[in-house]
Amino acid sequence: MFGKLSLEAVPYDEPIIMVTVTAIVLGGLALTGAITYFKKWGYLWKEWITSIDHKKLGIMYFIVALVMLLRGFADAIMMRSQLAMASAGAEGFLPPSHYDQIFTAHGVIMIFFVAMPMVIGLMNLVVPLQIGARDVAFPFLNNLSFWLFAAGVVLVNVSLFVGEFAKTGWLAYAPLSGLDYSPGVGVDYWIWALQISGIGTTMTGINFFVTIIKMRTKGMTMFRLPIFTWTSLCANVLIIASFPILTATIALLTLDRYLGMHFFTTDLGGNMMMYVNLIWAWGHPEVYILILPAFGVFSEVIATFAKKRLFGYNTMVWATVAITILSFVVWLHHFFTMGAGANVNAFFGIMTMIIAIPTGVKIFNWLFTMYRGRLEITSPVLWTLGFIITFTIGGMTGVMLSLPAANFVLHNSLFVIAHFHNVIIGGVVFGMLAGLTYWFPKAFGFTLNEKWGKRSFWCWITGFYVAFMPLYVLSFFGAVRRMQSYNNPEWQPLMIVAWVGALIIAAGIACTLIQFYVSIRDRKQNEDVSGDPWDARTLEWATSSPAPFYNFAHLPEVHGVDGFWEAKKANGGVPPISEPPYQDIHMPKNTWEGPIIALFATIFGFALVWHIWWLAIVGGIGMFATFMARIFNDDVDYYVPAAEVERIEREHRQRLKQKGDLAHSTRLETQS
Amino acid sequence: MATDTLSNQGHAHGHDHDHHDDHHDTAGTKLFGFWVYLMSDLVIFGSLFATYAVLLTGTAGGPTPDEIFELPFVLVETFLLLFSSFTYGMAVLAMNANQTAKVSRWLWITFALGAAFVAMEVYEFHHLINEGFGPDRSAFLSAFFTLVGTHGLHVTFGLIWILVMLVQLKKQGLTDVTRPRIMCLSLFWHFLDIVWICVFSFVYLMGVL
Repeated sequence: MFGKLSLEAVPYDEPIIMVTVTAIVLGGLALTGAITYFKKWGYLWKEWITSIDHKKLGIMYFIVALVMLLRGFADAIMMRSQLAMASAGAEGFLPPSHYDQIFTAHGVIMIFFVAMPMVIGLMNLVVPLQIGARDVAFPFLNNLSFWLFAAGVVLVNVSLFVGEFAKTGWLAYAPLSGLDYSPGVGVDYWIWALQISGIGTTMTGINFFVTIIKMRTKGMTMFRLPIFTWTSLCANVLIIASFPILTATIALLTLDRYLGMHFFTTDLGGNMMMYVNLIWAWGHPEVYILILPAFGVFSEVIATFAKKRLFGYNTMVWATVAITILSFVVWLHHFFTMGAGANVNAFFGIMTMIIAIPTGVKIFNWLFTMYRGRLEITSPVLWTLGFIITFTIGGMTGVMLSLPAANFVLHNSLFVIAHFHNVIIGGVVFGMLAGLTYWFPKAFGFTLNEKWGKRSFWCWITGFYVAFMPLYVLSFFGAVRRMQSYNNPEWQPLMIVAWVGALIIAAGIACTLIQFYVSIRDRKQNEDVSGDPWDARTLEWATSSPAPFYNFAHLPEVHGVDGFWEAKKANGGVPPISEPPYQDIHMPKNTWEGPIIALFATIFGFALVWHIWWLAIVGGIGMFATFMARIFNDDVDYYVPAAEVERIEREHRQRLKQKGDLAHSTRLETQS
Repeated sequence: MATDTLSNQGHAHGHDHDHHDDHHDTAGTKLFGFWVYLMSDLVIFGSLFATYAVLLTGTAGGPTPDEIFELPFVLVETFLLLFSSFTYGMAVLAMNANQTAKVSRWLWITFALGAAFVAMEVYEFHHLINEGFGPDRSAFLSAFFTLVGTHGLHVTFGLIWILVMLVQLKKQGLTDVTRPRIMCLSLFWHFLDIVWICVFSFVYLMGVL
């Protein structure tokens, strides 16, 4: 009846897990109770869960990502604490089976359920506004993508208290992830969480690619696109070309585990190195999917706060395109030790070094943008400066790893861990936090508190160096990754230093949470009425904050790079205001089918993890039937009447006027 | 940038034109998006072809390609699918001529040909498994069943889609909603034909010759 599932699947004997689960359950109950008490279910369903508004979906991606950041970071702090303790025969507080699950979950969560949703969340929030569109090309798919991603999140979190998670490392290398060596359900949770959310990601890639190609406003030629949109475009090309490889690879592993096939087994002709090749043929483009949009954020931030056009717009675009292409011919550098031979290793080593060139071009573009600009040191700029330094160091250790001869020594050591945290924290995390601060007012209508934002930055960057520089050193003394304990007592002092670094990062995360609290509390003072709080350059700032659901009352027209900046200049330094008459606006309707399909997908995935076949069939039929309901639903769009547009725009103009009058009267008061 | 461009045009061109201007070309966007989807699907097939090539020699003492493939049988399958592409083309021509009943008729014929193809493939798989040459016998057979089976699954989804299309044609006729869908399905169906040509050449012909 319930397949492999029984009450024994709950790990009662693991106090850490049970305390966490209790906290999650109590928190969940409190949240559910609060929503019920304040009668907010209808509001949530109508305004958020079924919403096809790209801005709201972007916000939801970010909320989920921040929650998962806390979970992923809890894993990190447990690992660092374990290694600070488990020296010279001491066992620490985490048994190997639990420790292995933790480092796997940490990697999976941070990449798939923190970094990816932050990147996709920013794309959702910003790209349609930057190109002057009213929504994405396929709004229903956009909603479905988000909820499929959420299904993956649910499965990963369920694995915490029903069964176990994979103990294989975040990429579940075969044959370790095969049935022979991982008979439990951990790898199955990994499979279905990634498969379901990965399909959502592929749809996002298609959706945004088509949006950017087809939905640009008048005059928005490709070489007038804001850089963030360019980097998003390239990231989406990478998604379209690489995520299907992940889908296929996970499907093959699934067939090995469920139908006894022999793709990656050690017997009957299977080839385990093919798994490693396939997974990195996806995995390497994946890291560029994460970093390219972060590069885009820094480009927007630095041009805005230096009050200059980005230096070398065209080279920035071509550097991005070059990285996009090169990212597909470097995957083998993740396993030089496979033994592919000197020529193959040399090819991939050289390709890897070449990819540093366009990246270096970008660094110089940012530096020259700042040069002779009037740089305002706001917190987004701090994140950018921290990025330029940190990412350059991480890039150089990457070039060291690209030398096959050096790589044979450094492979699987803590050097690799230090390197990729150097580029992912210094690049992706800093980029996303900069983007969060920069575009927050566009999403919510008020700016974030700067004091706490800067505190967060200083904690993150200090914590990063204290936590990860010791790992470079330790690697030279032979410390490897994924070890639960070690014999050499000389490693312990640096391990403790690294643990302190993690605590400083924890303080940085706390600062961000306090920043949210303080900013929401003071939202009246920080209100952004103008829609353009930073005196910025691109179209997303040409509409009010938060943007109306239709984004633009009149679709804007652009005449060059930084079109909004030029329009402000032409208009005497102030943004042009949209004036009547208005027309009816064609908009998509909300959809109940997206979240319901994802609900059935979650059931489907859970049932397959536990081999509950009848439930899997229920899930499958549920998905299909809901999709059919969508297909046969013709009532998917409507027109916003011109009068309604006029009412919303008039309110906005009145707020602008009030603010103007207010500023005027304060000026008079100070004069008298 | 001027936010009032559209309103200037609006009065000159009338109401309908504005919607068109504002809203881009939805059918074109849909078709373009579907093309992009097909390209991503092609990457899945590419991965499976590569996997097949790597595992071709992994027969583990089991049968080799030339021992289990029957070319005449596969040739019939191939012609069924090729002919179904032709009949689908006829359906699209009928759609362009606004002959709804004819579209349905050609879709039914396409469905019959596609269903015969899937039936033959199921028979082939059943036959192989009965002889003890199932996908769990060797890595080569795993790769063969997965590559050919993935194509077969796609055709099966195409068949379901044809049925859905027939129901929609009956209920709605040829509209702005159904026309792009018939075109997308057309792309899908021809795409599967092309993939099958690769399967036929790469798997069956090269396996036997």
